Amino acid sequence: MTPFTNIPKQVEEMLEKWNGTNSRRTFLKSSGLLVVSLSASPLIAMAATQAAPRQAPGSGGPYPDPDFRQLDSWIVIHEDNTATFYVGKTDCGQGTGTAFRQMMSDELDIPYDKTTCIMGVTDITVDQGGSGGSDAIQVDGWPMRRVAAEARRVLLEMASKRFEAPVDQLTVRDGVITVKTDPSKKVTYGELIGGKRFNVTLTGNNIDATTGVAKVKPVQDLKMVGQSPKRYDIPAKVDGSLMWAVDVKLPGMVHARNVKPPIAGAKLVNIDESSVRSIPGFIKVVSKGNYVAVVCEREEQAIAAAKQLRVNWEKPATPPFPASEDLFKYMRSATPTSSGRPTVTGNPEAAFAGAAKVIEADYEVPFQGHTAISPAHEMADPSNGQMTIYSNDMKSYGLRTGVAQFLEIPRDRVRVLWMEGPQAYGRTAADDAGFEAAYLAKEIGRPVRVQWMRNEETAWDTKGPAFTVKMRGGLDAQGNLTALDYEARAADYNHLGYNEPDTVLIAQLMGKRRATPAPGGAATPTDMYTIPNKRLTGHVVSLPVVWETPLRTGNLRDPNGPQSTFASESFIDELAAAAKVDPVEFRLKLLTASKEDNNAFLRARSIACVKAAAEAFGWDTRPSPKPRGNGNILTGRGIAYTYRSQTVVAEIAEVEVNRKTGHVWVKRLVCAHDCGLVINPEALRRTCEGGMLHSLSRTLHEEVKFDTEKVTSENWISHPSLTHLDTPARIDVVLVNGDPNPNRPDLPHYGAGETVCKPTLAAVANAIYDATGVRLRRVPFRDERVLTALKAANVV
Amino acid sequence: MSNVTLKVNGTTHTLDIDPSTPLLYILRNDLNLRGPRFGCGLGQCGACTVIINGVATRSCITPTSSVKSEITTLEGLAKGGKLHPIQQAWIDEQVPQCGFCQNGQIMTAKALLDKTPHPTDTQIRESMAKTLCRCMTYYRVQLAIKRAAKAIAGLGSSSNKEVVA
Repeated sequence: MTPFTNIPKQVEEMLEKWNGTNSRRTFLKSSGLLVVSLSASPLIAMAATQAAPRQAPGSGGPYPDPDFRQLDSWIVIHEDNTATFYVGKTDCGQGTGTAFRQMMSDELDIPYDKTTCIMGVTDITVDQGGSGGSDAIQVDGWPMRRVAAEARRVLLEMASKRFEAPVDQLTVRDGVITVKTDPSKKVTYGELIGGKRFNVTLTGNNIDATTGVAKVKPVQDLKMVGQSPKRYDIPAKVDGSLMWAVDVKLPGMVHARNVKPPIAGAKLVNIDESSVRSIPGFIKVVSKGNYVAVVCEREEQAIAAAKQLRVNWEKPATPPFPASEDLFKYMRSATPTSSGRPTVTGNPEAAFAGAAKVIEADYEVPFQGHTAISPAHEMADPSNGQMTIYSNDMKSYGLRTGVAQFLEIPRDRVRVLWMEGPQAYGRTAADDAGFEAAYLAKEIGRPVRVQWMRNEETAWDTKGPAFTVKMRGGLDAQGNLTALDYEARAADYNHLGYNEPDTVLIAQLMGKRRATPAPGGAATPTDMYTIPNKRLTGHVVSLPVVWETPLRTGNLRDPNGPQSTFASESFIDELAAAAKVDPVEFRLKLLTASKEDNNAFLRARSIACVKAAAEAFGWDTRPSPKPRGNGNILTGRGIAYTYRSQTVVAEIAEVEVNRKTGHVWVKRLVCAHDCGLVINPEALRRTCEGGMLHSLSRTLHEEVKFDTEKVTSENWISHPSLTHLDTPARIDVVLVNGDPNPNRPDLPHYGAGETVCKPTLAAVANAIYDATGVRLRRVPFRDERVLTALKAANVV
Repeated sequence: MSNVTLKVNGTTHTLDIDPSTPLLYILRNDLNLRGPRFGCGLGQCGACTVIINGVATRSCITPTSSVKSEITTLEGLAKGGKLHPIQQAWIDEQVPQCGFCQNGQIMTAKALLDKTPHPTDTQIRESMAKTLCRCMTYYRVQLAIKRAAKAIAGLGSSSNKEVVA
């Protein structure tokens, strides 16, 4: 493989470099930057599959925190005039690594294909927090651009000294600095600094604020930004050569599997180890509190032992939760554990009293799982008194700190190497398997690979919280929306979105838990509608069992935006229908009712997105529902719009509803997306497609079911997912720049990923209403639920 | 444990294993292959797919002892250092998000196109229906299959290329 043009095997490359010549390791060592040994035995062992080891096993730590105020922590320029960027983010499959290379190579003025990017390894990349909140480009892109600009500035100064020419007499192109008046005088970055340190101190109160003296370039001077180089990680993902976190093998490694309580909240009574001793390769049952795992030499042995192990559990005295069919009734009648202060505009109650028409509706979204395509997995190596975790944790830095606290070992003896893994869109932010692998490795004293089984993952992963939302709207005699009331209840009392040593599942099962859970929020909708009288309220409710439950909640691709937006944007359509106004027109009227905008121009950009989506779709202006057709297949279209942080999205769904079967096919999806400056349009389009279809899966299929003891959704049959059969025939993603000054040189780059997940549920519900005149207020829209609703409305 | 002989991607291996072990674990842990992956262990998702006798086979539920023919894994598709047209189509179409399931998508598509070189949209959807992707790259997978079908047809008729105006 040619280096620097096609470097997908991020960690393999890194290991190779540590072991090879002309490496960062050699470089760091020769330059005096290397303060610790990077040659702990497992790395050497792993690298041995790639290149001959050159170092004996090292001392195993301490592992440093790279200093974000040192330029050398971010960028290394090699003698061959190539550059490696070190960033503290992880790539969840949206191509952020490619985007970082585009942004940084532009600022540095070095060819994109002469760069590579190493991400999320706790002791060699600065702690930018890993992934979360779709903010990699929006937030972390700035320090990356600034440090690359600073490196360029420093290199120009070095060239200035070398040629005794002022900087303004120099030009730089593709990593080569030339004296303007004498083009024979030129020098490459590699010649200036290859193999040496920058030794430049940066400033900034925190990592996000990291900066040098240099300013970033105006948008108009960026060359790679706005282009669509193909993602560098993809080739090794299609030829089978990529080493994923699941693939790591270490000498002396063993395999573990968990044994989960059969009933949520059950207490361990005893374990009959003799039930598995005869299994070949059996090593040990590890148990503490209610946590149980078996460890064997081989993977299939561990799987067999976990199935066969006899464990006696004591049922909890009271049922841990209501059955899923009683969930919403329970949530509506429960006393909230906390209530947000209502956000009030105007005088909603007076407005409702004076309204010509008041409409009310309740919406329901069940618990939905992350259900990654591969269950949780991790490998931990405890050699030499340190702990190295080979992990697909999207927040590798949090895992490092959390594991150190959990195991009570010094933080500088723990490191996490982020590697590619199956994406779960928030699941690995609370990385149960990482803590388990580290705990088991410490207990066993050998490298341990743990993996959850499918039933464990689907039943016991963290869940997106269930929501009930009560909506009320008041229209005046002219059909103007004068009052809106949104009141949500979220089953989100113990929200476990992070790698905390007292909230991850193994800690809960061991009884190491905090006194008070950290509730998530019951989100309120985000839109730029001007409604004179408005009240938005959110309550959090708790299920009977709080800890050790498969219904604990976590961050699922916009932790609660899809739920809140399903209610708010479905209800806007209900109001438009009541006013007999076209849904796009109704929204535009609310958006244009004020000229007031904020500094991200959310109003202007919202209007631009709604209009762009309607135009791309070929929207036919008329109220919903449309006159019902006669055939078995009824068609309709629906729109929904929202924003998240500074990113605005409008989506339109076109549906076919089979009135005989209740089957819904979303035939077409259109998305108008404004995230400011776009770094890689083609990668962004695919991210939007995937995000919308993920939410379409939540719209049509996904619901976690449970009885009063356990989750009964535990595989792809009992927790179905979107499939190829559901795929729209056409998806259009329109990239919008609705900024009032679209060509401004400082156009910001906002985030992408989660915003598109929010409006899909409502867009589909609105399209089904348009097609059938039947309003569905409870997802998922599985055939039987739709058919029941159609029958009730005599549509069948 | 007993000796089992497996032919994988052209190479014959004799292994001392429990022959009832699902093929997936042998391919991954004994032969160090990375293409087939564990997704469910139930034959429901397709992440573990390999091709045996032209059939896309779920290695997670296939006892190793039952395999009598050569196994082709994702690693075996490229020939002479050149990617298979399906793999190339996956790169050209930029299909993967995380990419974890793509072994199943590619291997299932390979079995489809080997049998049905010019599949209709319906045939693509139905043949791929039980191969899951949780990043929901289905739209691009389907486009890539059509792209690959065209590329393969082009290769096959290279000696008698149609002239396109």
